[in-house]
Amino acid sequence: MNSIILRTATNYILPLLLMFSVFILLRGHYLPGGGFVGGLIAAVAFVLHMFAHGLEKTRELLVIHPGYLLPFGLSLALLSGFAPVFFTGEPFMTGVWMENPIPVIGKVGSALFFDLGVYLVVFGVSLTIIFTISEDA
Amino acid sequence: MELLLAITIGILYASGIYMMLRRSLVKMIIGLILLGNGVNLLIFLLGRLTKGSTPIIPDGLDTFAEAYADPVPQALILTAIVISFGLQAFAIVLIKRVYKVVGTDDLDELSYNEDDETI
Amino acid sequence: MTQLILLPILFQACLAVLLLFFYTKTKTQKVLSIAGSSVNLVIASLLFYTVWVNGSMSVQAGNWSAPFGITFVADTLAVTMVLLTAIVGFAVSVFSAFTIARDRLRFGYFSILHFLLMGLAGSFLTGDIFNLYVWFEIILISSFVLLTIGSEKKQLEGAVKYFALNMLASIMFLTALGILYGLTGTLNMADLSGKVAALENRGLVNVCALFFFIGFGIKAALFPLYAWLPDSYHAPPTAVTAIFSGLLTKVAVYALIRVFSVVFVVDEFFSQLFIILAVITIFSGGIGALVQTNIRKFFSYLIICHIGYMIIGLGLFNEIALAGMVFYLIHDVVIKTNLFLISGVIVKIKGTSDMRKLGDIYNDYPKLALLFALSLFSLIGIPPLSGFWPKVSLILGGMEADNYLTVGFILFGSFITLVVVAKLWAQVFWKSSANLEEHEDFSYFNKLRKRRKVAILFPVVFLTLVTLYIGFGAESVNTLATRIAGELINVQPYIDTVMGK
Repeated sequence: MNSIILRTATNYILPLLLMFSVFILLRGHYLPGGGFVGGLIAAVAFVLHMFAHGLEKTRELLVIHPGYLLPFGLSLALLSGFAPVFFTGEPFMTGVWMENPIPVIGKVGSALFFDLGVYLVVFGVSLTIIFTISEDA
Repeated sequence: MELLLAITIGILYASGIYMMLRRSLVKMIIGLILLGNGVNLLIFLLGRLTKGSTPIIPDGLDTFAEAYADPVPQALILTAIVISFGLQAFAIVLIKRVYKVVGTDDLDELSYNEDDETI
Repeated sequence: MTQLILLPILFQACLAVLLLFFYTKTKTQKVLSIAGSSVNLVIASLLFYTVWVNGSMSVQAGNWSAPFGITFVADTLAVTMVLLTAIVGFAVSVFSAFTIARDRLRFGYFSILHFLLMGLAGSFLTGDIFNLYVWFEIILISSFVLLTIGSEKKQLEGAVKYFALNMLASIMFLTALGILYGLTGTLNMADLSGKVAALENRGLVNVCALFFFIGFGIKAALFPLYAWLPDSYHAPPTAVTAIFSGLLTKVAVYALIRVFSVVFVVDEFFSQLFIILAVITIFSGGIGALVQTNIRKFFSYLIICHIGYMIIGLGLFNEIALAGMVFYLIHDVVIKTNLFLISGVIVKIKGTSDMRKLGDIYNDYPKLALLFALSLFSLIGIPPLSGFWPKVSLILGGMEADNYLTVGFILFGSFITLVVVAKLWAQVFWKSSANLEEHEDFSYFNKLRKRRKVAILFPVVFLTLVTLYIGFGAESVNTLATRIAGELINVQPYIDTVMGK
C-alpha cells in the first residue's frame, strides 16, 4: 500500500499503540484488559507498520524475529506459576503478592509476571503468523 | 433479549453446518468460525443474562449484598475465543499451503497417492 | 505431597519450553528429549506408586477451594494412564530421535511432541470438565503441527480431514459444556455428579450427554464417525502415528469413561447405544482392515476395530466388564504404539509400506520377525499374551449381563483380527518380495551403523517387554483393573477426594 497519509500517520500511531498496549496490560488486573489483549494491540501496531512500509521495513524495525519471544514469554509465565511453590509452599499458580507496595507501580504480584509472559507470547505468535501469511501473498 | 440471542445462535449453527457441508475448503473454515461463534454465544446465553455487580462478598458479610453477575461464562468464552483464534490461524495457513501444494480448493479432489511412502 | 500430581504436567511443560530455546540445535534436542522422557518415566512411576499405596489425591491449582477453583485429581485410572503416557512417550521419543529426518526436527518437532505429552497428562489428571476441554485443545493443536510438519502432499490432505472433523468434535464438546453449565452452574466433575443427578429436566440432560458422546465419539473414532482416522494416520512419520494411535483415540475413550461414570449414568438407553455402536465399530473396523494394502492403513483400521471393545465394556457397565475394559485400554495403548513402530521398522527395511510389494522379512530377519510376532500374537489375544485376558473379562461381563450377542461379536472381533493378522503375516513376512527399485535418498535399515540399528529397535523391544509383562503378569494388572472398575462404579470416594472431605 502506497499512501503517504498512512505512512506519516503510522509513524505517530505506532508508539502510541505500543504505549496503549502496555496500559491495557497493566490495567488488566481489576478492569477489562490483560496480557492477551495487550499483546494483540502491540502486534496490531506492527501490522499497521507493515501495511504502510512493507514487510521488510517492519522486520528491520523489530531487529529480532518475533518468534524468538515465545520461549521467553512461556518461561516467564511458567516461572510465575512456580513462585508460590518455592516461596510459600502453596499449590502451583496461587497468587503471591509483595508485602509493601513499590512507589508509583503499586503492589507487584506473580499474576503480573504471568500476564507479561502472555503478552510476549501473544505478541510473538500473532506477528509470526501474520508475517508467515503475508510473506508470499 | 434471550429470544433474540437464541434465534441468532440457531442461525449461526445452521449456517455454520451448511457451510461445512460445502466442498470448498475456504467455506469449510468459514463454517467452523461461525459454529465457534455460535458456541460462544450459547455459553453466554446459558450463563444467564443478568445485570449485577462484581461477585465479591463485602467485608463482614457472609453472602452477596446485591445481585451479582456470574463471572465464569466470560472466562469460559474468553478461553474459547483464544483457542479458536489459534486454531483458525492454523487453519488459514493450512488451507493456503494445501492450495499451493495440491492446487485445488475442492475437497473432492483431495485424493492421495499411496505409492510414495516415507518414514 | 499432593503437589506431585501436577509434576507430570509441569515437567513436560518445562521440557517443551526448554526445547524451544534450542530451536535450531537438533542434536541437543534429541538428548534433552530422551533424557527428559526418562525422568518423566520416573515421575509417573512415583505418582503411580504413591496413589497405589495411599489412594486418590487431589490438588487445587491456584489454591481456590473446589468447586470454584480448578481441581486436579489423581485417582487410580488417571495415574495408570499417566504412567502409560510416560512409557509410550519414552519409546516414541527414542524412536523419533533416530528415525525422523533432520529437516523435520528443525521445525520444533520435539518441543511440540512434549507439548502433546503435557496435554495428555493434563487431560488425564484434571477434575474440571472445562479444563478437560482446554487440554483437549492443546492435544489437538500439537497433533495438527505433528501431522503437517514437513508439509508433504499426502500429509496436508490427511490433515484437512483430521482438522475438520476434530474441530467439529471440539465444537460439539463445547456446546455440551455450555448446556451443562447452564443446567447446573458448575464445571467441577465431582460437583456435577450430584447436581446432574438431581436435575428434573432429564430430556435436556440426555441431549447434553449425547453431545458429549458425539464429541468424544468423533475423537475416539467410533462408528460412524471414524472416517478421518485411516485417511490421516498413514501420512505423517511413523513415530508421530505411533503416539497418535497409542494415545489420541484413547484419551477420548478415557474422557468417555470419566464423563459417563462420574457426571452421567449409563442408563438403559446409553447402554444399548454404546453396545450397538461398539459392535458395528468392531465389525466395520475389521472388514475395513481386510481390504487394505497399505500396512499403516491396515493398522489404522485395527485401531478402530479395537476401540469397540472398550466401548462395549462401558456399555455393559458391570464390574467385570469394566475391569476388562480398563485392562484392554492398558493393553491397547502399548500394543498399538508398538505396532506402528514395527511398521516403521518394516518401512525402514524395505522402503515401502505397500503390502503387495513387501515380503521376505522372515527370510531376511528371522529374529526381528519373531520379535514382531510377539506383538502381533498379543494383538490377536493368544493366551497367555496380553490381548487374551481383557477379552476373557469382557466375555464374562457380557455373560453376566445375559448379553450373548455382544459376546458373539467380541469373539467375532478376535476372529477377524486373527484373519487379518494372518493375512499380514503371509504377505509381509512369508511371501517372497517383488523386486523393489531403491530410493536414492533413503537410509535403508541394513545400511545403517550397528549402534543406530540397536537404537531403532530399542523402543520396539522395550514396548514388547511391557506387553509381555501385561500378558504374563496378568494377575497384577487385573488387580489394578478391578480396583479401577470398583472406583468407576462407586464414585463417592472420588467426589470426597475432590471436595476435601
